Amino acid sequence: MSYVVHKKNKETERADEIDVLSLAPRILELLQGVQQLELENFSMEIGDLDLFIPSQSPAHSLQSVSLHPPLPQKPSELIRESFEPRTARYPGHIREVVLGATRADGGSRARTVTIGGAMTPAYADIRVPPVHPPAISLDVFDMKVSLPRVLREHVAEVMEDPAGWARMNVEKFGADIVTIHLMSTDPLIRDTSPRQAAETVEEVLQAVNVPIIVGGCGDPKKDAAVFAEVAEMAAGERLLLNSVTLDMVEAKTLGAVAKAARDHGHLLLAFTGLELNNAKELNRRLYEYMPHEQIVMDLTTVALGYGLEYSFTIHERARYAALMGDDELAHPVISAATNAWAAREAWMAMAPEYGPRELRGPVWETVNALTLLLAGVDLFMMMHPASVLTLRDVIYRLGSNGSGRTSSARDWVGARIS
Amino acid sequence: MTHRTEPGKQRKKSIREISPIDVYKLLPKTNCQECHESNCMAFATRLVNGELMLTDCPPLFTDMYQAEREDLGLLLAPSVRAVTFGTGAQQCTIGGKYVLQRHEFMYHNPTGIAIDVDDLMTDENLRERVHRIGQFSYNYIGRKLALNAVAIRSVSGDPAAFGKTVRTVCNATDLPLILCSLDPAVIQAGLAETGDRRPLIYAATEKNWTQMADLALAFHVPLVVHTDGDPALQKSLVKTLNAWGLADLVLDPGTLAEDGLSETLHTLTALRTAACRDLDELSGYPLLGVPLAVWTSEEISMDVLKWREAITASMLMSRYADLLIMHSLDGWVLLPQLIWRFNLYTDPRKPVSVEAGIRMFGHPDKNSPVLITTNYALTFFTVESDIKTAGLDCYLMVADTGGLSVESAVAGRYFSADSIVTALKEMQVENLVCHKTLIIPGLAARLSGETEEASGWKILVGPKDSSGLPQFLRQRWPPHPA
Repeated sequence: MSYVVHKKNKETERADEIDVLSLAPRILELLQGVQQLELENFSMEIGDLDLFIPSQSPAHSLQSVSLHPPLPQKPSELIRESFEPRTARYPGHIREVVLGATRADGGSRARTVTIGGAMTPAYADIRVPPVHPPAISLDVFDMKVSLPRVLREHVAEVMEDPAGWARMNVEKFGADIVTIHLMSTDPLIRDTSPRQAAETVEEVLQAVNVPIIVGGCGDPKKDAAVFAEVAEMAAGERLLLNSVTLDMVEAKTLGAVAKAARDHGHLLLAFTGLELNNAKELNRRLYEYMPHEQIVMDLTTVALGYGLEYSFTIHERARYAALMGDDELAHPVISAATNAWAAREAWMAMAPEYGPRELRGPVWETVNALTLLLAGVDLFMMMHPASVLTLRDVIYRLGSNGSGRTSSARDWVGARIS
Repeated sequence: MTHRTEPGKQRKKSIREISPIDVYKLLPKTNCQECHESNCMAFATRLVNGELMLTDCPPLFTDMYQAEREDLGLLLAPSVRAVTFGTGAQQCTIGGKYVLQRHEFMYHNPTGIAIDVDDLMTDENLRERVHRIGQFSYNYIGRKLALNAVAIRSVSGDPAAFGKTVRTVCNATDLPLILCSLDPAVIQAGLAETGDRRPLIYAATEKNWTQMADLALAFHVPLVVHTDGDPALQKSLVKTLNAWGLADLVLDPGTLAEDGLSETLHTLTALRTAACRDLDELSGYPLLGVPLAVWTSEEISMDVLKWREAITASMLMSRYADLLIMHSLDGWVLLPQLIWRFNLYTDPRKPVSVEAGIRMFGHPDKNSPVLITTNYALTFFTVESDIKTAGLDCYLMVADTGGLSVESAVAGRYFSADSIVTALKEMQVENLVCHKTLIIPGLAARLSGETEEASGWKILVGPKDSSGLPQFLRQRWPPHPA
């Protein structure tokens, strides 16, 4: 299998844990004569009822009846209306988290990256641009990894050279941040020692001057040992340690990692599998050790076609809950958009009508990232250069008020298109 | 969070504001228990909570309670009107949304995707393109994902040419049609050819609305209301057209790519928010997005334009577009849209699983391989499709993992040595084959030792991706005798 997966997505696709409430959809069917809903045996939690089912005039279900009964005379002129976009104020806001530290702050980075700060849902109001534009991190692996050909060709020359790879990510592809995945530390792969892993991180820190994310192997015991070593070696650098999990609670290693991060001035990425109660639980555990401003959440990114909708909805829910005042979810969120490559449609050769994988793959990673951008993700871990360029371009454009437009929205109607 | 009110009109209520009392007042109040509830108040409570439907109250559907029935319908209708164009099996219903965000309930009526043709195309090209639009599909977890409509654009500006093109398209496909021109004379020429097919017509603007409204009324067709990024004008047009007697409207606040992308997405969001959160009826109509607009740019690289169209379409769909008009017919552009649409419109409350049990493929006999996988729908259909494509003769055990994929189920211990032993017993696999070798998924490799011990079966670790099954079986089956 040749794809990149940042995480062991344990609870991926756990729809049964998505405790969204229900409301009889047959109401719609009944009212509208629509016969295409198939939702018979769903359950619901009344206590959780948190939805709008606004009513509408019955005219809305009957074609023959007008919403507003026709006036005796057809209007000969426009009836003027105004439109006031809603200005919603929310009681909560997302914390700001600073990645990396400059010399002045005890690190060695040339610049830092601040994420978070949102006071409204993402891109909901053109008058409220993001407090900090979402940032992009590019991946580096500490060993030769199996990548889809479309990704491999861009990095073939730096494979097994983490420092060179990191430099290329910054200089050639414009990474804001670099993620070094210490994959070789996996006891089932090379079982590289924490000492060696720390040296790799040091190499990367010396190769580039942007903030660094350090990825573990997913083993709660080994990661704890590696993170502790890395935290001490890179004291003051404000690394983001990717990641801490509830498995670490079970393995009784969470406290040690959190203390190491706290004592040496780093950040923690709290990873949970598409389950907000777990995300809150993990954060509560971390609050025992860490200032809240040093915690970022990874709620799990699933590939388009393999459950992206669960990621999309969990991010929308988390962000909305946080803005409505749920402090335990008021942390910036990160997405491993590279997980898009787990989808076969991204990497597999398919029948000609579905196009070449050289285009399908990067478009998959891009759509994955853009979808979660709209759900409020603050930081993306990415790989394909075209996806990175596109995401950066869209982030820039969506952050503007759109006043620079040059064309009319009806040009397409009569346009000659080859 | 202010709610604006139409002057002189009672404001609608969101479901949050509807109390069981509101519903109870409109019920027969006879406590007849035909709904199997103890009394009408209990029924009202469950109705408001969405556990029961109006149809569960039979007396309500007698003439005696017609007025109450209609009032209840008013109380519980969606905030975005559902509009249908086209007729027959392929008709396209868009809108009908209750909520802004999917998790608040679920989204109804998946975004329609139309592909354009124009009236400068030769008959042959036209027929060929329309055929391709109808044929394009993708088999995704057992569902056929396809395109929904043909948008016919008047590029010549000539009503006669447009009419002829519409006629050709009508003869070539049953797909619903969208007739696109801002010239009422052109639209009229098109409508003259569509008979009772109920096309959607594009579009009424500030300039042409009286003529377009007359056409929509005369031909009983739904009408798009277009403005160029002007929601106030949009609302004015809707209000005026409502007064004119038109209710089946679709809103096109204008799609711009690149420089205008921000304005476009924010306007769609503002309109849908007004409809679902402020219950603004004039914004409560399906929204049109036009990824095709990227093709009007100066860019000359086709791949760049297609790329832009792909990413614009996916963002428009996430941001509430109920209908898209696109140009590219390339699979790599359309595939992400079709799959994302399917995903976005699934019920977020339902795990996507298939029934557990043993499945037979081809003509398996006592020596055929036995495979096992989990009952997450995507996992199962992927494995199924690979087995069928390769024409393998085998048994596939589908274990009940509560709808979890292999990787998740192993991590969560829903797929374990014990559960495999149980499945082997329940499915009576030993009666099907004369060997005791089971092939487990590569992602469950770590279960192999434990499972061998617990079951007494020899475990072969299969490929991590089921596309590797044919090769795996060629090399490893039948297994070498121990």
